[in-house]
Amino acid sequence: MLRRFFWLVFLLVPALAAGVTLNGAGATFPYPLYAKYFSAYHKLTGVRVNYQSIGSGGGIRQLYAQTVHFGASDAPLTDEQVEAFERKFGTAVVHVPTALGAVVPIYNLPGLSTPLRFSGPLLADLFLGKVKKWNDPRIAELNPGVKLPPFPVTVVHRSDGSGTTYVWTEYLAKVSQEWRDRVGVGKSVSWPTGLGGKGNEGVAGLVRQTPGAIGYAELVYAVQNKIAYGAVQNRAGKFVLADLATVKAAAAIDDFPADTRVSLTDTPAPDGYPVASFTWILVYRDLDKNRAFKSKAEAKALFDLLWWIVHDGQKLNEALHYAALPEVAVRASEANLRALRYRGEPLE
Amino acid sequence: MNLRRRYLRDRIMVAFVYLGTLVVLLPLGFILVHVFLSGVGALNWDFFTKPPAPPGEPGGGMLPAIVGTFVIDLMALAMGGALGLGGGVLMAEYPEHPLNRPLRLVANVLGGVPAILMGLFAFVVVVLPMGGFSAFSGSVALAVLMIPIIMRATEEVLRMLPWELREAGLALGLPRWRVTLSLVLPAAKGGIVTGLLLALARAAGEAAPLLFTAFGNSFLSFDPLGPMDSLPLKIYVYAISPYEDWIRQAWGAALLLVLLLMVTNYLARRAVRR
Amino acid sequence: MKARLYGKLGDALFTALLVALALGVLGVAGLLAWELWVGGAPAFRAFGFWGFTLSSEWNAVSERFGAWPFLIGTVVTSAAALILAFFPSLAAAIVVAEYAPRRLGEVVAYLIDLLAALPSVVYGLWGIFVLVPLVRDHVEQPLFLWSAEHAPALMGLLGPPTGIGMFSAVLVLALMILPYASSLARDAIRLVPREQREAMYALGATRWEVVRRVVLPYARGGIFAGVVLALARAIGETMAVTMLIGNSGQLPYSVFGPAATMASVIANEFTEAEGELHLASLLAVGFLLLLLSLAVNLIADFILRRMSVGEGRK
Repeated sequence: MLRRFFWLVFLLVPALAAGVTLNGAGATFPYPLYAKYFSAYHKLTGVRVNYQSIGSGGGIRQLYAQTVHFGASDAPLTDEQVEAFERKFGTAVVHVPTALGAVVPIYNLPGLSTPLRFSGPLLADLFLGKVKKWNDPRIAELNPGVKLPPFPVTVVHRSDGSGTTYVWTEYLAKVSQEWRDRVGVGKSVSWPTGLGGKGNEGVAGLVRQTPGAIGYAELVYAVQNKIAYGAVQNRAGKFVLADLATVKAAAAIDDFPADTRVSLTDTPAPDGYPVASFTWILVYRDLDKNRAFKSKAEAKALFDLLWWIVHDGQKLNEALHYAALPEVAVRASEANLRALRYRGEPLE
Repeated sequence: MNLRRRYLRDRIMVAFVYLGTLVVLLPLGFILVHVFLSGVGALNWDFFTKPPAPPGEPGGGMLPAIVGTFVIDLMALAMGGALGLGGGVLMAEYPEHPLNRPLRLVANVLGGVPAILMGLFAFVVVVLPMGGFSAFSGSVALAVLMIPIIMRATEEVLRMLPWELREAGLALGLPRWRVTLSLVLPAAKGGIVTGLLLALARAAGEAAPLLFTAFGNSFLSFDPLGPMDSLPLKIYVYAISPYEDWIRQAWGAALLLVLLLMVTNYLARRAVRR
Repeated sequence: MKARLYGKLGDALFTALLVALALGVLGVAGLLAWELWVGGAPAFRAFGFWGFTLSSEWNAVSERFGAWPFLIGTVVTSAAALILAFFPSLAAAIVVAEYAPRRLGEVVAYLIDLLAALPSVVYGLWGIFVLVPLVRDHVEQPLFLWSAEHAPALMGLLGPPTGIGMFSAVLVLALMILPYASSLARDAIRLVPREQREAMYALGATRWEVVRRVVLPYARGGIFAGVVLALARAIGETMAVTMLIGNSGQLPYSVFGPAATMASVIANEFTEAEGELHLASLLAVGFLLLLLSLAVNLIADFILRRMSVGEGRK
């Protein structure tokens, strides 16, 4: 009996001591990184942050429904969405970038020893179904000296809606007029050809099992699972293989917007990987307008958390293969965070 | 002559029927073996006692999810069981009641609704009014999932009982409700428990209804009015991640879920046999 | 006097309780249908009810949605799974309830219930890692190569032999619905009165004849109930099908090629859907799913009423 009592107290004490719990929801792409952040932050401060990856769309909807303290998304809110928040709650939505990710073209061509090179228009044509065989001259001319087998090209894409698809199609739409007209940009699109796999692992699995397949996946995923991926030619003409340095370099652009809502695909940065993207945490600017906040202590806790993420938290990014934020993004975030208010008062 | 042919047919049908059973059991065997082999490596002490750890850090576990599974599923069984049993008994024992036709139709239609929509339903009806996620809302979603199974099973089993059973009770002067409670239901115990177990098994394995209701929780919690984790949620999230350690834990969770359900099934059937 | 009160009051209370619970069930179902209707209304308004239901275009970018391919996918996969699962599940039920010695029967029954206990996502994972390569290497590719040589006209019907597609999804679905049909059939068979069997045996019938002529007809209702339950499960099954079916909304479907069901499209796109019309369309698909279930159950009820022999009926 006494022992049971002890257990109960033992379990409850940490709960009582920490006090503040924050709930967040959204993108699946940064989930492993956030798991690391929040575990480290908990050890540091005792604040519990409960993040669940229900998808970017889910995260935005929960933020709108005010069941969570913050949302997370791989794509910035559209102007309509920003307006919807403004109209309903009278507050702006602050975007806080936390890391950079990249989408890479993965393929299955046995016998190759170096990564293939692709250009943007070529990728668009491959995914449009216009390039039917791997020994097509368009691929050969970008890869001189490489023995390309005559396999037919099998396109693999995502069957479920995802931020990865959004980034990939956004890039293709920028480098190919035909893609822009025929397919467009979105988290789910109507693919002109190919097989659909569910999630990154579905796509990777299909590519692995089908010689001659080409698909797309997040860099983190390709690296963790040792899947071959190709280099992509950026706007400056360089063939860039995605890695932590080139992804971070993609953000080295002039006029970085103050609200950080920027698309980095087809980046003008000379050494940047052209299919990179930020991932953001979304919060209300006027935190008291979010019913999920019950006290100023919670608002302050969120501020401290976000401040920590864009500064000390960044040290944790690279070990998990997420690129760290460039200086310009950190500066912009500092200004945005300082603009957060609870009942009109700043939180710093 | 005729006799021989009939015995031959009998033999052949026996073979067929056993073959059919084998067709059922073989894939099951495959799956169980696969789940076991993939998951047994993850079932260590940490798994049962620690909260989850980020990828790359050893020693993570599923304690919040294990506790949450019990809390959410038991609450769901209570709610779904009550409604399902009530509906099933009404349909079977009071067939003249006007609610019967709509009840049967509605119950079967509910059975075809995908689990994710149950979650949406509970989100709108429980989470939004409450202003936040809760284990309770997750239980509501799962209960709705369970109702059709329990109702259907209960009704059919009660229907199969011979009418004499009830007549005997009535002849002894027992009021109708007593006949149902003390004679009919105990006689149908086995089938009712089957229905409850089928429903529990179904609900315990679903992640989709919990995404927007129980939400999940990286920290241990016993609070039914706050977010709570559950094993299927963890399986869902971990299995699609790129990290080997997490994938192994996902299989471990799947194995644990199966083991828990096996044990519950066995215990329930034994209790009913007496 | 007291006895009458005990009887009347007891009956009234008990009935009231049952009615309350039943109303609870009806209320929940009604609310669910209402939520789906309200949520999906924008889509029906935008495209018209029949316009939405019969249209084959599903494009989130151009915001044109139609549910027809998914309707077809659901009907085909569920029917195929049920056909595949029916005989094995009945066979298993017969074995457990009639043929096998007590202990063996219990073990088999237990194992079958275990099939029901496996989480949906486990079927999906097993399907991807084990079933798909198996099916692709040993069924789809050999068949495809054979037809390429001997019956090229068939190739279009067969479709791309990648393992992911309707064929694998139907196989897994059949596995998943087996225990539902089997468990209820088993209970129904067990409840067939012993006298009926004994009478037949006394007449000199063989075991199979007893099963065929007495047990099965008697247990028809319960078996059919199991079938309906299994079908309901098949129609609504989400996770496993979603992971194996490839989610392509392009008609016509082929046997091996990718397809989609109403449940799979909702599962695939719901968490990420952001456009209002997209979301409404997914909910509208959910509503159509409800209608499909309703239609199937109306038909099943009709058949059931013609079929039941059970003693319990008045």
